[in-house]
Amino acid sequence: MSLTNTRPEATPLPLSQGEEHSESSPLSIHDMTIAYHRKPVLWDIDLDLPEHHLIGIIGPNGAGKSTLLKSVLGLIPRASGRVLVYGKPFDEQRHRVAYVPQRESVDWDFPVSALDVVLMGRYKRVGWCLPIGRTHKKIAMEALDKVGMADYARRQISQLSGGQQQRIFLARALAQDADLYLMDEPFAGVDAATEKAIIALLKDLKSSGKTVAVVHHDLQTVGSYFDTVILLNMRVVAYGPTAEVFTEENLNKTYGGKLTLLTDAAEALARNQASIHRETKSE
Amino acid sequence: MIWTFLDTWIVIIGVLSAVACALLGNYLVLRKMSMMGDAISHTVLPGLVAAFLISGTRDVFPMFVGAVVIGVLTALLVQTISRIGNIEEGASMGVIFTSLFAVGLIMIRQTADDIDLDPSCVLYGAIEMAPLITVDFLGMELPRAAVSSGVMLLVNVLFILLFFKELKISSFDPALATTLGINSTLMHYLLMTLVAATTVAAFESVGSILVIAMLIVPAAAAHLLTDRLWLMILLSAVIAAASAITGHLAAIIVPGWFGLGDTSTAGMMATSAGLIFVGVFLAAPRYGFLSRVLSRARLSQRILREDVLAMLYRRAELDPDSGAATLAEIRRLLHENWRVGLAVKALSRKRMLARNDGGWQLSPAGEAEACNLVRSHRLWESWLVSELGLRPDHVHRTAERLEHVTDSSMQEELFKAAGSPDQDPHDRKIPGNL
Repeated sequence: MSLTNTRPEATPLPLSQGEEHSESSPLSIHDMTIAYHRKPVLWDIDLDLPEHHLIGIIGPNGAGKSTLLKSVLGLIPRASGRVLVYGKPFDEQRHRVAYVPQRESVDWDFPVSALDVVLMGRYKRVGWCLPIGRTHKKIAMEALDKVGMADYARRQISQLSGGQQQRIFLARALAQDADLYLMDEPFAGVDAATEKAIIALLKDLKSSGKTVAVVHHDLQTVGSYFDTVILLNMRVVAYGPTAEVFTEENLNKTYGGKLTLLTDAAEALARNQASIHRETKSE
Repeated sequence: MIWTFLDTWIVIIGVLSAVACALLGNYLVLRKMSMMGDAISHTVLPGLVAAFLISGTRDVFPMFVGAVVIGVLTALLVQTISRIGNIEEGASMGVIFTSLFAVGLIMIRQTADDIDLDPSCVLYGAIEMAPLITVDFLGMELPRAAVSSGVMLLVNVLFILLFFKELKISSFDPALATTLGINSTLMHYLLMTLVAATTVAAFESVGSILVIAMLIVPAAAAHLLTDRLWLMILLSAVIAAASAITGHLAAIIVPGWFGLGDTSTAGMMATSAGLIFVGVFLAAPRYGFLSRVLSRARLSQRILREDVLAMLYRRAELDPDSGAATLAEIRRLLHENWRVGLAVKALSRKRMLARNDGGWQLSPAGEAEACNLVRSHRLWESWLVSELGLRPDHVHRTAERLEHVTDSSMQEELFKAAGSPDQDPHDRKIPGNL
């Protein structure tokens, strides 16, 4: 299976694929295959994420987008393959990676406040069995402030709207103070204002030297949000700079056979060519 | 009623066991695995028998080890079977604990001659007898059950204090815990080990019914009372202790009212916990049943008051000479009965309605409020027709509901989105346009 590993600002991929495999890449995945109950859901993934980029992971439902993130983080066992984070195994680089899971993955009735949730991002740094110090609380408050939720710090999390809950998750990732951010559908079910705030924040992260990979659903916004895209459908269909890779042909391959999505995609492309920065309607 | 030193010890043993169970119960309830406590408290039975058969004694230590081993094994088997067989966790739990419990019963039967483990004693416990079996502890002669449940309580308190963060994160978001390098599987099995150990310690004296009740009921009640984890844990301990104390009091007092002898203390303690739960469920300030009913009633009363205002506004609009409306007329027009009286009274208290020759009329303040409501209503109608393309005769009901939740910024937005209309789809003037 040939993969189009067009790496955007890339030094050419070394021919020997040994340990020295891309030291600077925030995330390099090598021949990774993932299976659930013996049925493969991801085949032969080979990726080198570029530094300082905002990367969209695009694909239909069941394409394995969330699985890709989870397997990198060791939440799902790999059938085969190797994953390196900044040139080393994930275990040694945990502190450099922050993960934002899907909002539905936790119980929002849990008796904790917004600040408590954000502080969880600091737990590893606080250390086992130790109380949370003032510096950590300050960092967590700053993170809440960055997502515009400082006023809600003491609120119980079930009293927050979907958009606000997503901001809390984002603040938690910020509090982790990582270099690589992996986010699973941070825009799912949020209001237009929150979506704008989140994308502005992600672009800030990028310009301050971080790498952000985001599982994303809305094809209309891909062009304006991401500089690099991974088109995924059980394998990497295409990967590279958005302008080159996000084409009708590649989308056809990714969403192959699914007519409604294809029409959406075609529409999105048409709209993007007309005016990329057109505001999305708030309804 | 005669209170003896026995009663004092029964209450102490009851409180210690109940609080020890309740503390761990918080995490079972929050992890949505309350029934795991039920399962483990049953499966320790074969563990106890096996320990007895192997060691040949009823010493505390081998019993303890046997029960903890089988308790952790239960947790492990439940998870493994549900994962590998792709079976729902509850079902897998049901399979494991009934089979293991049954094995335990058979083992007891087969060895009935040389064992004095009594299956009914396992279920109901023998807390009434517990103070009589004493051990020498730090030079004092104390009831064995008090020592064992006291030690377990201490261990559980330390466990929660030390691992408060780790327990919190691995209960709330185990995926995040794992990516951070906090081993949530380890926390899970530590918790299961302690549940098994606590169960065994409490078991012999208070019986498995009380253990199961105390693992779940106090924590579930506490969760209805607060949004803070530490407070929930504290409250669960208070509720557990209160259940034990009132349970024993009830056990020696209540049957007397009916001319009967004392009843099962453990049973009464569990019943008492259940009653406390019902009380909390009804009366809890935010999540309680009554407060929900009350706030719903308050909301529907506010909506009715607004309907009275809007109706009077429309009535005056149709016929400027209609004058004041009598209470009977308002009732008829709104198809409502006794609640209208309350609404009108409340409105006159707020000075929104004024009395006028035997009827009610909008005051200037009431008029302004009514104008605002009618404006919202008609803007919604316009918007539903112009933006959603609904038929004009289909929008009234929807607008009737939405008008009660529309604030001024929403009005503004609607006004713009509907194309700054002067009239609603039924050609009535939209009031309040500048």
